[in-house]
Formats: sequence, structure tokens, C-alpha cells
Amino acid sequence: MQRRVIFDDKLLPYLLLFPQVAVTLVFFIWPALQAVWQSTQLQDVFGLSTQFVWFENYTAVLTDPGYVGSIRVTAIFAASVTGLSMGLALLFAVMADANIRGREAYQALLIWPYALAPAVAAVLWLFIFHPQIGMVGRTLNQAGVPWDYKLNNGQALSLVILASAWKQVSYNFIFFLAALQSIPKSVIEAAAIDGAGPRRRFFTIQFPLIAPTSFFLLIVNVTYAFFDTFGVIHALTQGGPGTATSTLIYNVYKAGMVAQDLGGSAAQSVILMAFVIALTAVQFRFVERRVHYG
Amino acid sequence: MIARRSWTDAIPHLVLILGVAVFAFPIYVALVGSTWDAGTIGRGRLPLVPGPDGWANYDQALFGDRGGRISYVPVSQMMWNSFVMAMVITVGKIVISLLSAYAVAFFRFPGRMVFFWMIFITLMLPVEVRIVPTFEVISDLGMVNTFAGLTVPLIASATATLLFRQFFLTIPDELVEAAKIDGAGPMRFFFDVVLPLSRTNIAALFVILFIYGWNQYLWPLLVTSTREMETIVIGITKMLGTSDAQTDWNLIMATTILALLPPVAVVIAMMRTFVKGLVDGDK
Repeated sequence: MQRRVIFDDKLLPYLLLFPQVAVTLVFFIWPALQAVWQSTQLQDVFGLSTQFVWFENYTAVLTDPGYVGSIRVTAIFAASVTGLSMGLALLFAVMADANIRGREAYQALLIWPYALAPAVAAVLWLFIFHPQIGMVGRTLNQAGVPWDYKLNNGQALSLVILASAWKQVSYNFIFFLAALQSIPKSVIEAAAIDGAGPRRRFFTIQFPLIAPTSFFLLIVNVTYAFFDTFGVIHALTQGGPGTATSTLIYNVYKAGMVAQDLGGSAAQSVILMAFVIALTAVQFRFVERRVHYG
Repeated sequence: MIARRSWTDAIPHLVLILGVAVFAFPIYVALVGSTWDAGTIGRGRLPLVPGPDGWANYDQALFGDRGGRISYVPVSQMMWNSFVMAMVITVGKIVISLLSAYAVAFFRFPGRMVFFWMIFITLMLPVEVRIVPTFEVISDLGMVNTFAGLTVPLIASATATLLFRQFFLTIPDELVEAAKIDGAGPMRFFFDVVLPLSRTNIAALFVILFIYGWNQYLWPLLVTSTREMETIVIGITKMLGTSDAQTDWNLIMATTILALLPPVAVVIAMMRTFVKGLVDGDK
């Protein structure tokens, strides 16, 4: 795509591009290349010499039971966060789309959690589910249900899923509601006149028409669950107990910044990069499709 | 008009009220928590109504460590750090994206597509997948514990550039021709025509990016190690420490409320612009 009428300065466009390209080269492209290079290097324990080891770091990472375990944790985590936040958001959006009073007020009251930092969401839920001082956590323990997210793997994972999903509902809600409201009312009214009830109208008209939005949100939510939830995990469980909440991204951080295993961390980075590239490719194929849906 | 039955009408209200309650509940509990003393909370007996210590808690959290069990950086300092970081990231992203989108849309020059793809590719390289090497660059450049280190690496923006480019392509050719006939150069055209036309887009992006900047977590965690440079979101998790009953929960809750206030205020103040910008911009 290109404009027909343009300016014909020779130097100016380069000057305009300079800041963006400089930042991109220094802080994006160069570190990414570094990561690829480091992932083929093995550093001795003192950090004095390095050795080129081909794909040894990758085999080490991929055969490490801890890493394979964190793939499992990440899969469960991402699927739960995505399912929970998208499901709830769709429910709220369908309800808010109904012809009821006070719709705007409900909308406003559901949208603001978008502004919360994931780590802040984590602290809010921690305060409620803390085993000794939390309103719900303490009540559970007093009622004879042993609850301690610091000791119990399943409970730890549930709590980070809950906090992460809670924060993401509003984002999904905004998009679902916009998609639902862009469906012409006449189509839905015609179906109603033909005798289709609300459930039938939802599954035969609304749901298929918001499919492109749902697909877009699916990608965004998986990306969110993979990367943006680092704050939730770091604030709440630090990946524990054991490795029960160590997602892939938390592992990269731990390997690189805490354990100082540069080669291993770089190999993990490159694996994640491949994953993001695949996701982005899928997302942009979808953008093309979206054009046809209008 | 779709037939309405009174009992089905109640369902959406019920579901939405429940939803709003689930969303508001943690904030309400945090608000209540920030108005009681640490002892009451530590014994696990937090009442459901606000207590008498709100003023003292916020005063202590914001301005100093008078009598706290552990000494913290005053939250006012953390908020200032977060504010500077958020503003530099926001303004920086908007400015450099406007400039580069203008270059790509309004000029034809060798290497145009190479630069375009180079910017585009940053979408695929979030900071999370290149933690160590990016940190090394920052430390080689001596940018650890500086606002520059905190912000500059985050101000490249493929999404904002793509968004502005998309918008610039819809500016009618006649406007450009008219400007050229009147003798306006490209920069004059940029400031007098393009920038005013982009106002709505800029406003929407401002909200989204301010929230993005204020809520940064991983990057400030890596780049700042001194307490004076701590941002408020990082500060809260540092306060949590081992998070047992002995923790100063009253101060943590006051800090949490202070941390979420600015971005929530921005969203509420600019709700319409923000929703429209988010949905149109696809992120």
C-alpha cells in the first residue's frame, strides 16, 4: 500500500525514522541475535571461557524434567486463564448487550479493571486468600478445609490462575461487547419474529458473527497468559511451591537472572521467540480474514 | 421489537450485578484493609467496614517510615518514579511512532520496506523472551538504575507505528497536493495538518500506553536495584516480603490503592476515547 501523492525529500525520511530504528536495533534486534548466539555457547563455572556447543543447550533444556514440567504448568495455566476470562467476559457481554436499563453503568463498572497491573491484581487476591489473615483463606481453614497456597501445588496454581483471569476479563469484555453491538439489530429482530428464542438467536446468529473477534482474543489471551502474568507469579508464589507455578517465562527469568545459566536461559528464550513468531503469524493471517467479515 | 418477558429481563441484571460485585470486592476489601491498623489485620479479624486508621496509614505509606516494622521508600517517591516512567514511555512511543509512520507513509525512499519490516518484527520480540541479553546491553551502556534505562528500551512500538501508518494512508491526496501548491514543506504539513487530524488517535493511544507504562513489571525489576528507583508496582511486592501475618498489611493495602488509582482514574476519565481506540486499534 502506498499513497499516490508524496513528498520527495531524500534525507528527511531517514531522519524521521532514526529514533525508532535506533531503539529497535539496539534494544530489540541486537539482543535477540545475542540470545541466539548465547544459546549455542557453554560458559565454564567461573565465566572465564566459553565454548561453542551447537545445540547442546537445547537438548539440555528439552530433556530437563523441570522444563518439561513447566511446559505442562504453562499449558494448564494458559488454557485455564484464557477459558475462564473469555467465558466470563462473553457471558457479561451478552448480558450487557441485552436491551436493559443502566447498560452504560454496568459497562463502566466492568471496564476499569483493565487498568490494574497484574501484580496489583495478585496482591488484591492474596489479601483475600491469605491462609491466616485473608477473609476467605482464614474462613476455609477454620471450616476445616486446609488452605495454604504456599504449601499446596494445586491451590497455588488455582490462585495465580484466578488473579490472572480476573484481571483480563475486562479487556475481553470490551471487545466482545463491541463485536456484539456491531451486529445489525434488524437481523436479530428478524430471527425473533421467526420465533427463535434468545438461546437459538445466540448460537445461530451472534456467536458465528463474533467468531473473528473470539479468535483474535484467543491469541491475545494466550500471549497475555504466557508473558504478562509474570508479575502475578513473581508477586504471589515465585514459581513455587517447588515448581508448581513455574511457567516458561518465569523459568527464563530464573535461569538467566537468578541461576546465571546464560546458555540455558538463552536457549529457553529462543524457544519462546519461536512460539511468539508462530502466534504473530497466525494473528496476522487472521487480520486478513477479518477484512472479509467487514 | 423483541418480545420481552419480565422474568427473563431480570437475568441480565442479576448476572451483571454479580459480575460487578466480583470485580469490586477485592478492591473494597483492600480499601477497608487500608483503614485499619496492622494488628487487627494480622489477627485475621478484618471487619467489613472501614476503620479509623485510614488517614494515618496513607500518611505513613506516602511520606515516611515513622514507626513501621520495616523501613520502606516513601510511596510518594515510588509514585513519582512510576509517573515519570509511564509518561516518558507514553510520550516517547507516541512521538517516535508518529515520526516513523509519517516517513513510511508520505515518502518513497530506498530501504523503505526494510525499515518497515524491521519495526514490524519487534512485535515478535517482547522483552520477556530476551531478558538476559537486553539487560546486558543496558548494563554495558551504564543505564542500570536510570530513568533512561527504565524507559528507552520500551519506547519502540510496532503497534503504534502500524496504527498511525494505517490512519495516514486515509488522509486524502488532495490535502497533500493543496499543501504542496501552497508551498508547505513536509514538516509544515506534518505539524499543521497531520498532527491535528491525529488528535483522536493520539488521545486513545495515550490512555492505553500510560496504563502500559505505569504497570510495567519485569523490566523495572531487572533494571532497578536501588530503592530510590523503585516503581510502585515493584515496591508493593518488595513490601510483601515473606507475606506472613507479621507483614504491615495496612500499609501494603494503602500502597496498593495508591498504585491502582492513577491508571484507573485515566481509564474512567477517558472511557469513551479509550474503548474506541482499543477496539479500532486492535491492541
